[in-house]
Amino acid sequence: MTTYREKLVVIGNGMAGISAVEQILKLTTKFDITVFGSEPHPNYNRIMLSYVLEGSKTIDDIVLNDLQWYQDNGITLHIGTTVTKIDEQAKEVVTADGVRVPYDKVLIATGSNSFILPVPGSDKEGVVGFRDIADCNQMLQAAKTYQKAAVIGGGLLGLEAAKGLVQLGMDVTVVHLMEDLMERQLDHQASSMLQAELERQGIKFKMGAQTAELLGDERVSGLRFADDSVLEAEFVVMAVGIKPNIAVAKESGIMVNRGIVVNDYMQTSMEGVYSVGECTEHRGTCYGLVAPLFEQGMILAKHICGVETAPYEGSVVSTKLKISGVDVFSTGEFIDGPGHMIIANKDEWKQTYKKILLREKVMVGAVLFGDISDSAELQKLIKQKAEMTDELYESLMGSGCCGGAGKKSTSVENMSNEEIVCGCNGVTKGTIVDVITNQGLTTIDEIKACTGATRSCGGCKPIVEQILQYVLGDGFKTAAKQGICGCTTMGRDEIVAEIKAKGLQTTKEVMNVLGWSQPEGCSKCRPAVNYYLGMIYPDSHEDEKESRFVNERMSANIQKDGTYTVIPRMYGGVTTPEELKKIADVSLKYDVKVVKVTGGQRLDLIGVKKEDLPKVWQELDMPSGYGYAKSLRTVKTCVGSQFCRFGTQDSMGMGALLERKFERLDLPAKFKMAVNGCPRNCAESCTKDIGIVGNDGGWEIFIGGNGGIKARLADSFCKVKTDEELIDICSAIIQHYRETGNYLERTSEWVERIGLEEIKAVIVDNMDSRKQLVNRIEFALQQVEDPWKKMLSDDKSRNRMFHRLEVSH
Amino acid sequence: MSLSNEAFYPVGSLDQFMIQVGRVIELNGLQIAVFRTSDGNVFAIRNQSPHPKGGPLAEGIVSGHYLYDPLYDWKIDLETGNVQAPDNGRVQTYPVRLEDGQVWVATSEFLAV
Repeated sequence: MTTYREKLVVIGNGMAGISAVEQILKLTTKFDITVFGSEPHPNYNRIMLSYVLEGSKTIDDIVLNDLQWYQDNGITLHIGTTVTKIDEQAKEVVTADGVRVPYDKVLIATGSNSFILPVPGSDKEGVVGFRDIADCNQMLQAAKTYQKAAVIGGGLLGLEAAKGLVQLGMDVTVVHLMEDLMERQLDHQASSMLQAELERQGIKFKMGAQTAELLGDERVSGLRFADDSVLEAEFVVMAVGIKPNIAVAKESGIMVNRGIVVNDYMQTSMEGVYSVGECTEHRGTCYGLVAPLFEQGMILAKHICGVETAPYEGSVVSTKLKISGVDVFSTGEFIDGPGHMIIANKDEWKQTYKKILLREKVMVGAVLFGDISDSAELQKLIKQKAEMTDELYESLMGSGCCGGAGKKSTSVENMSNEEIVCGCNGVTKGTIVDVITNQGLTTIDEIKACTGATRSCGGCKPIVEQILQYVLGDGFKTAAKQGICGCTTMGRDEIVAEIKAKGLQTTKEVMNVLGWSQPEGCSKCRPAVNYYLGMIYPDSHEDEKESRFVNERMSANIQKDGTYTVIPRMYGGVTTPEELKKIADVSLKYDVKVVKVTGGQRLDLIGVKKEDLPKVWQELDMPSGYGYAKSLRTVKTCVGSQFCRFGTQDSMGMGALLERKFERLDLPAKFKMAVNGCPRNCAESCTKDIGIVGNDGGWEIFIGGNGGIKARLADSFCKVKTDEELIDICSAIIQHYRETGNYLERTSEWVERIGLEEIKAVIVDNMDSRKQLVNRIEFALQQVEDPWKKMLSDDKSRNRMFHRLEVSH
Repeated sequence: MSLSNEAFYPVGSLDQFMIQVGRVIELNGLQIAVFRTSDGNVFAIRNQSPHPKGGPLAEGIVSGHYLYDPLYDWKIDLETGNVQAPDNGRVQTYPVRLEDGQVWVATSEFLAV
């Protein structure tokens, strides 16, 4: 006997449609599902397109469900196919090619389109929206050819697009009709702070400007505004808003308003036809954000599967700007209005702003700028319609600024099980509670692996932790004790102490004696333990090649195609014509793809084949530049007193000296230095682990700077008069970091964790401990050797690691 | 599928493979990564990450019978080729025999992907 499977046709292969399908699949197998998508891609995470543009993710990275997933779940997928109509009489869905597919139920999830301003010239070449992968690709392309871009619209999308284009090297002006950026999500105060920050990041603004016409022949060449002023632009992104895509519904005679009108169970006016996501209008509201579509999808799934569910009553929306280094958050009612009581705190020094709005004592909205660590909690409280109490006030606002004092202890008890915790992956509180109670998960990492929560943007981590704490109760403290990785519950300090106390010598021994769950560890703990052993026993520890990351093991940087980059050492960024000639000769001989000047003043030889590496090193006959290592990379220098008319100190000389002194020593993470001959700071010491600035009477030392993932300006550490003192202090800082840093912890994080004053106390104020640190680093430095030389003299290892065995038969 | 002895090719002596450090062999036009684990076993898998962006596998970190891929840190079971959660996918594995200190790896048209 075969059971009849109901036919469900989903129109729209985006986040809304597919997340609804995922929910349905969890509840039933009774549907035969067909999905139509007009884009030629599988389902991807649209909210992460900003990261693609910014360059931190690729399109592959943001695919949510690959083609295999559709196959595994028996879903028929038609990509690049647009549905034009639902034929209610025939109960068939009709595509643009005239194909007809019968249905029992239909889900319309067609999302929205970019709203293109109806001004003359908006159809010119070089004008795009910012909605999908095709738009994103056009922007990436344009940045290669054109210089000047305009983004019309200073909302969330516009700003993210602008930042992306700036990142791609374009000169970008954001044109906004209002006087405030993101005026639909932020109040005036937060907007002006945001604008100032973005200006600092290189975005230009033209506020209060109404675009009247796009200029140019075939291709756009500029914008003319209502006041007749003109802005030059070779590329224009329209990000003024979105328009629900209601074409199919309209064509089929379904009731539409601004969006497709649905009731509290996501049913449209046509029998058997549902709709979710940005194309819908529920109780007069069209949502343009991600959280509502998960909430709608869940209610739809239950309803369509015949499971009892509460009605959908609308969503409290919140906004987070996805631009690195700019933290903005708003939720609920955030613009001051009559009847609101405002609690606000602005701190111009720390560049933070926090505002909570109350209506009769009840929390109804909030805005955060600069520090959004309270966003999850505020979102939850506002959803719960929590009343402000003295206790809550204390925990949210503290006695200092922006919640500096009292720390949170509120529970997530009142959150409903259906509530979405992770907006990126649509994971509910109920799912998380379930895996904790039924599968016995006890850490955020386990929850991430099992449910996907916290896996994308990580913004929900605090709330997941609170749920964990709430469900485990007293068990939390012991259970949540997080080790350096999933193989152990021991932290870094404990491991180091045990190695010393028990005299453990190899990673294997450490893992056996200290009870690792995976006897040979993982890719997180093996390199870490190998480092700790080398730090503790600089003379006797035998470095374990098999516990090193590929780059360090091969002494070169692997590229995604499996070739390697070789970086010869150039002390202090200085080279000679002879060296350059040698580099050029070797590059030609071994067919190097690109020779690139790095940010650290040296040359990348990109695209060397693995089996050629030893020969390249031999023929270069220069020391390894350690471009791959957790150790000193470069010492960047300016020209200094040798040639510069302003230089007061010999920065090139000092840079080369420091680089020679500290090269090759293993450190917890990569390490960069800079030496400047004068306070003009041409070598940019403010973003280095140790930055040194020459002045008339000596040097000033800065530590903890970082220009990478989380930018941080270095802190002024101390001033010294002599070169000897400078070298001693650098030695002591590096050794102290070696001994107390967590593996992979940069000094920017280390300084914040240990405390600047604490480090000064050990190195600047206490001559005795400084001396001991210097002695220990001197001893460790005696043991280092150049890895390229070493590999060239070790025939057996070189052969086994670099040679490809060709088997003839 | 049963494999006749003819499908196996000698690819080198055991000594040519370092413990926990992968090595690439080229066999029948295939790039195969061979791993010698600390318990004396040898595994052979296709030297191509199942990650959508691909990349080599031979340079990963080996733990027990698992491999952490060098580019994306996916955890891969050397015995089955299965990628471990939360990621998923599979790498082609090839049968290995050890005889008198020699490593033999089998491929055939049926096994080659």
